[in-house]
Amino acid sequence: MKIQEADAKSLLLAQGLPVPPWEVARTTAEVEAAAQRFFAAGSDRVVVKAQVLVGGRGKAGGVKLASTAREAAEVGGRILGMDIKGITVRKVLVGAAVEIAREFYLGAIVDRASRRIVLMASAEGGVEIEEVARQNPGAIHRVSADPLLGLLAFQARSLGLAVGLRDPLLNQFVAIAEGLYATMKANDADLVEVNPLAVVAETAVDGARRERLVCLDAKITLDDSGLSRHHDLEALRDLDEEDPTDAQARKLGINFIHLDGSIGCMVNGAGLAMTTMDLVGHYGGAPANFLDIGGGARHETVRGAMELILADPNVRAILVNIFGGITRGDEVAEGLIEARAQQSREVPMVVRIVGTNAAEAARLLQEARFETAITLDEAAEKAVALAKGAAR
Amino acid sequence: MSILVGSDTRLLVQGITGREGEFHTRASIACGTKVVAGTRPGKGGQKAIDGTVPIFDTVAEAVAQAGANTSVIYIPAPGAPDAILEAVDAGIETIVCITEGIPALDMIPAVEVVRRAGARLIGPNCPGVTSPGRAKVGIIPASIHKPGRVGVVSRSGTLTYEAVQAMSDAGIGQSTCVGIGGDPIIGTTFLDVLKLFHDDPETEAIVMIGEIGGAAEEEAAAYATEYLRGVPMAAFIAGRTAPPGRRMGHAGAIISGGSGTAAEKIAALEAAGVRVADSPTQIPRLLLEAGFRP
Repeated sequence: MKIQEADAKSLLLAQGLPVPPWEVARTTAEVEAAAQRFFAAGSDRVVVKAQVLVGGRGKAGGVKLASTAREAAEVGGRILGMDIKGITVRKVLVGAAVEIAREFYLGAIVDRASRRIVLMASAEGGVEIEEVARQNPGAIHRVSADPLLGLLAFQARSLGLAVGLRDPLLNQFVAIAEGLYATMKANDADLVEVNPLAVVAETAVDGARRERLVCLDAKITLDDSGLSRHHDLEALRDLDEEDPTDAQARKLGINFIHLDGSIGCMVNGAGLAMTTMDLVGHYGGAPANFLDIGGGARHETVRGAMELILADPNVRAILVNIFGGITRGDEVAEGLIEARAQQSREVPMVVRIVGTNAAEAARLLQEARFETAITLDEAAEKAVALAKGAAR
Repeated sequence: MSILVGSDTRLLVQGITGREGEFHTRASIACGTKVVAGTRPGKGGQKAIDGTVPIFDTVAEAVAQAGANTSVIYIPAPGAPDAILEAVDAGIETIVCITEGIPALDMIPAVEVVRRAGARLIGPNCPGVTSPGRAKVGIIPASIHKPGRVGVVSRSGTLTYEAVQAMSDAGIGQSTCVGIGGDPIIGTTFLDVLKLFHDDPETEAIVMIGEIGGAAEEEAAAYATEYLRGVPMAAFIAGRTAPPGRRMGHAGAIISGGSGTAAEKIAALEAAGVRVADSPTQIPRLLLEAGFRP
């Protein structure tokens, strides 16, 4: 699960990381009021940043500076409601703009290949890390945290040294790297990224200039499998950016991803669900969704899944593909028959059920006059033909 | 011979009294698997599966008193990592974890403990391992199998059944079928299983069922180039039409930062001489084209 920058910053702050203060605003009036508070606290400028769960906000014009509260309200007004990669901006982060001396990248990920938490750092901060990886892979330094002991101080230090940090910033870097690791562990995150990790110049009360490392941006994704033991984190799910069908699918306990095609798919098992989509594509159609009803699905689940598919007006045909193992074919067939009796609109459907209780399923489907198929390829071809027929 | 499980498998079922545990234990026994024990803390001394399988409180007791050497775990996600660690501690050699939804950060120390002990973990979030006619450890339906000489390794469940069914229908039997699991952090990778198949005199051809996400298929392709040149191989990769940045059901099936795509994996496998199918039903034909004679 992706979470917004402002929420990610809260999680970093909770682990004691240096994050400059911010406020979240949903209206221009809120932007202006927040900006006023920052100016009153001594800021020269404020930054207004779109809160959306996609990258490239800066390039899209979703990050702007302002020198007065009035100006902040103006830029806030332009950013709120803006479309960034298909997502409407509904809230912005307002914070004090800082004087950046240098920018670094620091991230922690769950690395599949090494089966460890890997921390990555680069002196080329402020740009996308994927871009650095393509252009200058040598600029990215990595350490693997010990799988039993965690991130060790010498490992964090070696990372700081590798990106060129020295006393006193080096010690700050070590604390921040340890904090990133702690944030990951505390929240079951699979990615924690600070980009940029910035060196900012500050003037102390005695007038001396000092440099300090701060987390200017934050990106965190949470492991969906960990959410059940962090009930507080569920509140960070951004329903503004979620397809309404996603919440319904979660309630039913099925995996559903909306796509742009015209053939609704209902399958048991994630690998087979992807394969079914691929075969629809192979035979010249386009899938309307990825849908895995999971193992052992009962007829209520099947009925709910059918409602989700039919809620998409682009759906012109439906392909049901079930390889029964734990899932019983006759349960699915019963669910399909019930769903058809109640459905709001008529959409041609082809059903393929093999494996456990396939014979009973075949009898039920035949009695109810469903279009059926024996092989996966045949089912996909038929569904594509049905969708084309319906489109004419 | 077969890999990982076989006629010498003495199976312990961790979580034998649960709904899934009991159902799949019956199916394992029905096709000849030696199920020697089950565990359910607090119910030691009782018997499961109509009084035929002794229940122990701990894995250590199941090993000492029933001679278990392999375990299968049907325990829900919150308790599954502990079940793995308990099996390792008791000296179990092969641990198959079926459980889905274990947080990745729990699996990192668990796989390390398994590695240090020299044990073998299959999964989690996997359908298990079957050597047709000898042992069935996990939830793969026995009906789809046919004993034979093709090794199958897969990240998926029902998709594997599809491929295996197509093989059996075409008269091509399997030596061992291994579901390695769809999670990002798993105990045994494609590469590990390919090495085992390479050393297995009974496995003459290999089928790989992969999917988007990670680079395990590419790693396997590099190994195949070096060590499996003469071995007939066929593969299928799911997720050609999957959108980037979305988890496709399996926690590990995600194209991130533009890598882990089906196209990359297919290219790597084809470069290694592996025939890649457009549909799982083409696998039997591709095996024959690659020179396999059933």
